[in-house]
Amino acid sequence: MSMTAYERVKIARSEKRPTGLDYINNIFKTFYEFHGDRFYADDTAIVGGIAYLEKMPVTVIAIEKGHSAKERAFRSFGMPNPEGYRKALRLMKQAEKFHRPVICFVDTSGAFCGIGAEERGQGEAIARNLMEMMTLNTPVISIFVGEGGSGGALALAVSDRVWMLENAVYSVISPEGCASILWKDASKADVAARNLKMTAEDAKNFGIIEEIISEDQIDKPIFYENIKKKLNDEILLLMKENDLLEKRYERFRAIGRPLVQG
Amino acid sequence: MAFMNFLKPNNKLEKGGRAAAPVQQDEGEPEKVCPNCHKSYPVSRILSNNNTCPCGYHFRMNARQRIHFICDEDSFAELFDDIKSADPLKFPGYKKKLATVSASYGGKEAVMCGTARIDGSECCIFVMDSYFMMGSMGTAVGEKITLLFEYAKDRRLPVVGFTVSGGARMQEGLYSLMQMAKTSGAVKRHSDAGLLYITILTDPTTGGVTASFAMEGDIILAEPGATVGFAGARVIEQTTGKSLPKDFQKSEFILKHGFADDIVPRSKQKQMIGNLLKMHSEVSII
Repeated sequence: MSMTAYERVKIARSEKRPTGLDYINNIFKTFYEFHGDRFYADDTAIVGGIAYLEKMPVTVIAIEKGHSAKERAFRSFGMPNPEGYRKALRLMKQAEKFHRPVICFVDTSGAFCGIGAEERGQGEAIARNLMEMMTLNTPVISIFVGEGGSGGALALAVSDRVWMLENAVYSVISPEGCASILWKDASKADVAARNLKMTAEDAKNFGIIEEIISEDQIDKPIFYENIKKKLNDEILLLMKENDLLEKRYERFRAIGRPLVQG
Repeated sequence: MAFMNFLKPNNKLEKGGRAAAPVQQDEGEPEKVCPNCHKSYPVSRILSNNNTCPCGYHFRMNARQRIHFICDEDSFAELFDDIKSADPLKFPGYKKKLATVSASYGGKEAVMCGTARIDGSECCIFVMDSYFMMGSMGTAVGEKITLLFEYAKDRRLPVVGFTVSGGARMQEGLYSLMQMAKTSGAVKRHSDAGLLYITILTDPTTGGVTASFAMEGDIILAEPGATVGFAGARVIEQTTGKSLPKDFQKSEFILKHGFADDIVPRSKQKQMIGNLLKMHSEVSII
């Protein structure tokens, strides 16, 4: 029997699941972490830097949730502040300058929700990433490895390819938030999760992602080996692409278009 | 070709933005109480004062009122008004809700787009509408905004946008979320073509609209006292357990923290926007 959407949400949130740094450490070599947004601070919820994917230098950006309680607190539970998104954009612009592809690992319940985040322009930081990523002149691939919470996830996913792990989720709002707004009852989250159509399969059916990555061997080295190979193959294809930015624009431009035209 | 009709202004319904003259929610009430100064004034007096109270409090306006107030007489020609929301997720209750809102309110979607003149200057304009599902952005809103920026880019016109929104429309799920990327892409292309985009943030501008085209203007203005933010204030209070600063997420707060160019009262908007358009016009007047 297949899992319910809300069961997948719970798996996507599990502390035992590999986090951003697990992917960085198992897929890439010689990773150097680069800190800070050059404006305000270094956001520990986003890890970024450069590394080798096989023999190719790439820029890697990952939202990191941490495993232990201590780590999770340090990573602010994978909820980035504006400086995290600004750091990510800085590293993407650097990648563009040096003709490096960008690979993002997305895993967040959403952008951090707090007084400081609002003071420093959480909305502006996300908006700028959406705008700038659309014309970033280098291949960008985003992989959703856990939660894909709304604008906070999309800010690292205006990409040429978006892939999701089979138990990852991607949604405009958390099922709990949706249930409490619509039905004033957060306990109806399972109903909301089903109706929001937030699983990898849903996203693929909608044409919002290209591929679903199997989790059958998620605890084995082959799992990372497969992702490494897949990334390498896809980047080589994207690098040969003449109309990269036109196709990226069209990738998003087409979403919803046929639904609304009378 | 049916599609080409999208590219032509449609004057039928909204000629000059005057067809639907001010209709207030509290129609029939002789007086309106200001939530700021607590005094009450005749509705007609408030309306003739740009829907602001003599104390300076700005009441909300629907899209038609706003267009009537900001555009030169008979200059507004609506575009893309045949675009309506679909129900891509078959979300429980959504179709019914859309039908109820459309029937009771009359507007077709949470944004109106078109071409107009403001104080003599030609521009593309979009005005969001809080009376249509709290100005939330689904596929129809995303498509209309995107089409408007593409239209403006092709004709080398500036865009003036009045934002008001509760954020992305959750009943359309991921489709709504993707409109943030789609609209941002269209804004970027318009911007890269060297064209001007002015946003006016009105009460309230929040969530996915703040985190996309509302914050992407070359010039960002805000109405006095408008709530502008990403996360909801109540959610922030609940999750952080901290009490919020007094002017939290108000226009004054946004200005103080560097995210708006200025706060402009309604009485000064038309002249200022008109002047800004003139100062950026491609045919320089020497």
